[in-house]
Amino acid sequence: MSSSPAERAPAPAATAPYVRIDRLTKRFGEFVAVNQVSLEIPRGEIFCLLGGSGCGKTTLLRMLAGFEVPSEGAIYIDGVDVTQVPPYERPVNMMFQSYALFPHMTVAQNVAFGLRQDSVPRAEIEARVTEMLALVQLAGYEKRKPHQLSGGQRQRVALARALVKRPKLLLLDEPLGALDKKLREQTQFELVNLQEKLGVTFVIVTHDQEEAMTLAARIGVMRAGQILQVGTPTEIYEFPNSRFVADFIGSVNMTEGRLVDDAPDHVRIDCPQLGGTVYVDHGVSSPPDAQVSVAIRPEKFQLSRDRPPQQDNLLSGVVTGIAYLGDVTRYLVRLPTGFVLKVTAPNVFRHEERLAHDETVWIHWHASAAVVVTR
Amino acid sequence: MTGRRSFFVLSAMVFGFAFLYLPILSMIVYSFNASRLVTVWDSAHSPTLAWYVELFHNDQVLDAARLSFRIAAVNATGAVILGTLAAFALERYTRFRGRTLFGLLTTAPMVLPEVITGLSLLLLFVALDQAVGWPSGRDATTITIAHMTFSLAYVVVVVQSRLATVDRSLEEAAMDLGARPWKVFFVITLPLIAPAIASGWVLAFILSWDDIVITSFVSGPGSTTLPQLVFSKVRLGVSPDINALATILVLIVSVGVAILGVYMMRRDRRRARDAQAAFAVIP
Repeated sequence: MSSSPAERAPAPAATAPYVRIDRLTKRFGEFVAVNQVSLEIPRGEIFCLLGGSGCGKTTLLRMLAGFEVPSEGAIYIDGVDVTQVPPYERPVNMMFQSYALFPHMTVAQNVAFGLRQDSVPRAEIEARVTEMLALVQLAGYEKRKPHQLSGGQRQRVALARALVKRPKLLLLDEPLGALDKKLREQTQFELVNLQEKLGVTFVIVTHDQEEAMTLAARIGVMRAGQILQVGTPTEIYEFPNSRFVADFIGSVNMTEGRLVDDAPDHVRIDCPQLGGTVYVDHGVSSPPDAQVSVAIRPEKFQLSRDRPPQQDNLLSGVVTGIAYLGDVTRYLVRLPTGFVLKVTAPNVFRHEERLAHDETVWIHWHASAAVVVTR
Repeated sequence: MTGRRSFFVLSAMVFGFAFLYLPILSMIVYSFNASRLVTVWDSAHSPTLAWYVELFHNDQVLDAARLSFRIAAVNATGAVILGTLAAFALERYTRFRGRTLFGLLTTAPMVLPEVITGLSLLLLFVALDQAVGWPSGRDATTITIAHMTFSLAYVVVVVQSRLATVDRSLEEAAMDLGARPWKVFFVITLPLIAPAIASGWVLAFILSWDDIVITSFVSGPGSTTLPQLVFSKVRLGVSPDINALATILVLIVSVGVAILGVYMMRRDRRRARDAQAAFAVIP
């Protein structure tokens, strides 16, 4: 049972989930940190738990590592129930947010630590450490102590130390949190490349949505101990299933409305804040007259000085704020109702006569742009 | 203005240090005095090492010194082992019931009057002797046990404060990589708190080496420690060899304090360096 190397052969049943979390709950006294979470992760996937601080994502990760014992529920890895298995016997390794490199050991000793616990022969340890350090581009740094390394190098040592045991599952707690922006972008892609090369299943915890969207194949958005939505980055962004997810990921214009025309292939929502109706080209599973929320991303709007020919999804307003960001420009447009819309427009042409303050503009959006959420 | 202030600071410092160290200094100087009269400086034959030589031929003094050293060393070792375990329990198992009470109880001997500690230990030893026959009588063993009860508290404080700075995730990382809890303690935690354990040992050694109040309660006729010997000699009248003996005692304590000081300084410097390294980016 103890940390056998990850088999390279495909799983007997390819469809069986590699990691299965079954109604997992963790209570600290009265406080419920993780509440009835169920989750399935296939082999070789990068899965990301995304949420604000205190949403339970770290507690969930620590239960996977074995540092916290669940109050209820079970964890299966590769079909084996590991709920009660202590951390030192789990085929799981973790990369800590602080990296947790042993300060009194050299880089090579740090990486070799896990193998030495398993009494791997000395020659093999040396070979595997050398190979792993080469993989994270730290060959030649064997004799250095952690305090002689930069932040990025420490991060790579921590990664090498966690991967050298060939775990079935690698847990990463805010893997890029301690790096500056430039290094972070570079490391994100290195991390994904490494994961593809080794085929290890990754579970990443982060509060940074950009990090989650770059790294993850699938994201689980967490709040108050529960997973609200699981999906690919595109699904999470384009098809949020709740107000919270829509608001949490990216920027959004959120308004309340009432279903006035409910057909199987389209709906019309009366939004007093917008001073008109929103036409959506798909049906909504809600009773007629139901109160719903309408979310439209800022980049889904099209701005124009002249009135477009459309009848639906057309508003006019006054530009009250302009932020030129180079690739895009962000506008604030005030509608006659007083409601202010956030609009993002790409800067396609260099010699464009851009909109000015107090200019009146027409805003139009496609029938598929609006997301209707009922909770 | 500044000249005036620096003069004030300087004189305050001189006065302060004189107040603290003149008595000791005069004692050290008079230990080299050739005269048999303690207060008369015999300039014809001084300075001399005669009293030191005499001291090293005095079996009574040598026996007492040996006993003191043995008690101090055994006490320090025992206090460090027990103190480290207590500190570990207090710092790492944070959620057990009565932790605060336990913490207070371990450090209380630091502020408890020594007379009380000594008396209560004496009563305990007598009662134990009558009940189970151990420890039989009062000797080096009872002194060592008594010393451990109060030096333990100091070790706990020193080790616990160091332990608090050791990132818990280091221990979790070791466990995650396959080390069992006892191995994590010996391979990760212990090396990281080793400097604190060493300074705790020195502290416990000095405390035991110096102690007289508690010792005099729990010592027997056959066991006289060095401070006890000095005290009893002084009561009969000060002889010049006492100055020599006291000088050696002071020397040993100063060496211990110096070791502690160097450790503290190095720790502060390392902390500053680590803090710097954390922000500096090495290309």
